[in-house]
Amino acid sequence: MAELSASNDLVTADGRSLKAALAQAEARAKRRAFLLVAPLLAFVLLTFVVPIGQMLVRSVHNDAFYSWTDRDTGEVIPTMVNLRAWFAQTKAGTEPDEAAYEALVKDLVQARELKSIGQSATRINYEKPGSRSLFTKSARRAPRLEAPFKEALLDVDEDWGDPGLWRAMRDASKTVTLNFYLSALDFERADDGSIVSVNENRAVYVLLFKRTLLLSLLITGLTLILGFPIAFLLATLPMRISNLLMIMVLLPFWTSLLVRTTSWIVLLQSQGVVNDLAVGAGLLADDGRVQLIYNQFGTIIAMTHILLPFTILPLYSVMRPIDPSYVRAARSLGATSWTAFRRIYLPQTVPGIGAGALLVFILAVGYYITPALVGGSDGQLISNLIAFHMQKSLNWSLAAALAALLLGGILILYWLYDRIVGIDNLKLG
Amino acid sequence: MKKLLIMTTALTVTGAAANAEITVMSWGGAYTKSQVEAYQKPFTAMTGISINSVDADNPATPIKAQVEAGNVTIDVADVEFSDAVRLCDEGLLEEIDLSILPDAPDGTSAEDDFIEGALQDCAVANIVWSTVFAYNKDNNPTAPDSIDDFFNTADFPGKRGLRKSAKATLEMALMADGVAAADVYDVLETDEGVDRAFAKLDTIKDDIVWWEAGAQPPQLLADGEVAMSTAYNGRIFNAAIAENQPLEVVWDGQILDFDLWVIPKGAPNVEEALKFIAFSTDTQRLADQASWISYGPARKSSGALVGKYSDGVTEMAPHMPTAAANLENALVNNFEFWADRDAELNERFNAWLAN
Repeated sequence: MAELSASNDLVTADGRSLKAALAQAEARAKRRAFLLVAPLLAFVLLTFVVPIGQMLVRSVHNDAFYSWTDRDTGEVIPTMVNLRAWFAQTKAGTEPDEAAYEALVKDLVQARELKSIGQSATRINYEKPGSRSLFTKSARRAPRLEAPFKEALLDVDEDWGDPGLWRAMRDASKTVTLNFYLSALDFERADDGSIVSVNENRAVYVLLFKRTLLLSLLITGLTLILGFPIAFLLATLPMRISNLLMIMVLLPFWTSLLVRTTSWIVLLQSQGVVNDLAVGAGLLADDGRVQLIYNQFGTIIAMTHILLPFTILPLYSVMRPIDPSYVRAARSLGATSWTAFRRIYLPQTVPGIGAGALLVFILAVGYYITPALVGGSDGQLISNLIAFHMQKSLNWSLAAALAALLLGGILILYWLYDRIVGIDNLKLG
Repeated sequence: MKKLLIMTTALTVTGAAANAEITVMSWGGAYTKSQVEAYQKPFTAMTGISINSVDADNPATPIKAQVEAGNVTIDVADVEFSDAVRLCDEGLLEEIDLSILPDAPDGTSAEDDFIEGALQDCAVANIVWSTVFAYNKDNNPTAPDSIDDFFNTADFPGKRGLRKSAKATLEMALMADGVAAADVYDVLETDEGVDRAFAKLDTIKDDIVWWEAGAQPPQLLADGEVAMSTAYNGRIFNAAIAENQPLEVVWDGQILDFDLWVIPKGAPNVEEALKFIAFSTDTQRLADQASWISYGPARKSSGALVGKYSDGVTEMAPHMPTAAANLENALVNNFEFWADRDAELNERFNAWLAN
């Protein structure tokens, strides 16, 4: 070593410094390696990092109130300029004065010309439900309003004097807001800007987060209990039989998710196969058919079945190479079959259990289509409400906030898993 | 990202224009079929413009996503009244020059010929439809005849199908609770009124099976999964007449609404889309459509031309939501109310569902 570090002037055959030549070769290798992974990197960036980043931005930034994109030219036009200026000059909670109303009227006139009023109004409607038509109505009349503007607007609708409305407009004018996260946790801002719980008849998100967590844990547990013996059978039976069994595990796995879900509907509905059999066998009266689907039970059954292969496959791949002589050795040394299983066999399958459980749990937390189809009203998960806000209410910022909370929750659980079990102990197959 | 989106849009635009094809999005099932038969086939035969027909549970929902992403693939969509107004207010729809609409055969201008409210800045109505409730005759020994019976599971046992949405559900609950059709929206404006509607729904909550797509209720009824279900009236007509299912409509407490054609902002073939709208809403075409499904035409002049169902036997008139006998206790959907309160009431509805 000492010799190497001392001989700085070592040269290659063509007279270049060895160090430089080595560095150059290394850089070339690195470049080549980078080029090889570049497509993957671009793919991950485009399909993963960018959308998640966009989602996070959307959850705290919503410029619908004060920015309008002309769909024909693509030009972005600032709206509500005067009102935003007034908000910038005054402190939160300031009673709106004549200047504020004048600014509002000017902005309403502009919004009417641009036809941006519906968009601005929808944004305020998120914070202050029922105020949408107040904006559209007032904008229609705005060009004809004359000073004093405060009186004129209150004349159009006295709701313009509502401090809660002005609070909502002030919040919607900000570039960054945490209000969507508040909504996603069943809180809202009171008229004075303080944070309060929403009326309990509107509180739904915390309940659904909890339900999603509980059901996912339950489903993970069920798949482990059901999947462990199957995986054991697959791993220990002779290859010829176990291959056949494996096909039976894989066939449903390869079948479309929708087909499997609707099959459960056919089986479990009250006029379905299971109920018919029970009635036919005299177990149930014809008018006493059991509701097995369109409720939480349906969600649990269908999701457990659909996610089962995700537990079986990692377990199988871990169990297959376990040498049966270990258990035999334990038995010959006097261990009961239970002790041999608990102290010798089970610990060797932990990487498979961990992988299967983590996989099923993470998939279950984000499950959407199955609960939507078979969950009825009490079998819905948080992802169904995210879909609701993406597709129906079109409140994308709230959907993004809910999704970000879900993502955060999963990252925390993943971290816990790493601390307790250790991510190195994971074997996916 | 945006550039990429614009480029893909540009590609779609040029691609579509070369083929002279427009995409029409509707509600699927028997309803889409009626439009294909009455509007689309004759339109293609006349103009040579082919039509790509696609379906959604509610065609209003993909419009915002497509316009915001700058990747609009729909040229014409069939949406409900409150959605047409809301989307138009938000600048997500093309304005429609109403002068393109042809006059009635007797010379009445289109503006006078259409039912009041059927023509909007960005939308032209084609039909009047209604949310009704229907029952399976085999599963109801006594026939229900009023909206009260829908909420009366003691005398009329069995499951109930309801659309998973606050709209129409709350109104029906109030009407069943004794609110006159004319007062429903005044009551629903107040917090007490909303509480009252949910309290009424509570009485049957455990017996409800929720549906989302219009094709589901006839299926649920025919399978015996539910004894009664709310439904779009034309779907029940189709199941009862065309498929001989033992289903019957109860008109008491029906909620009338328009379906309107709209063009999403930035649609690839606006010109052809306008042609299609003008063609499909002329007097004859609207009357033709009514011979495929029991929805009322949005033009007054079409009424006289509506005759028999396409089987050549069934008279359509008594099956129309607008027939005098069916209007005795009917509610007209208040689009402004729902454009305003949709988000809030659905939030409450979701919370009620989940609890």
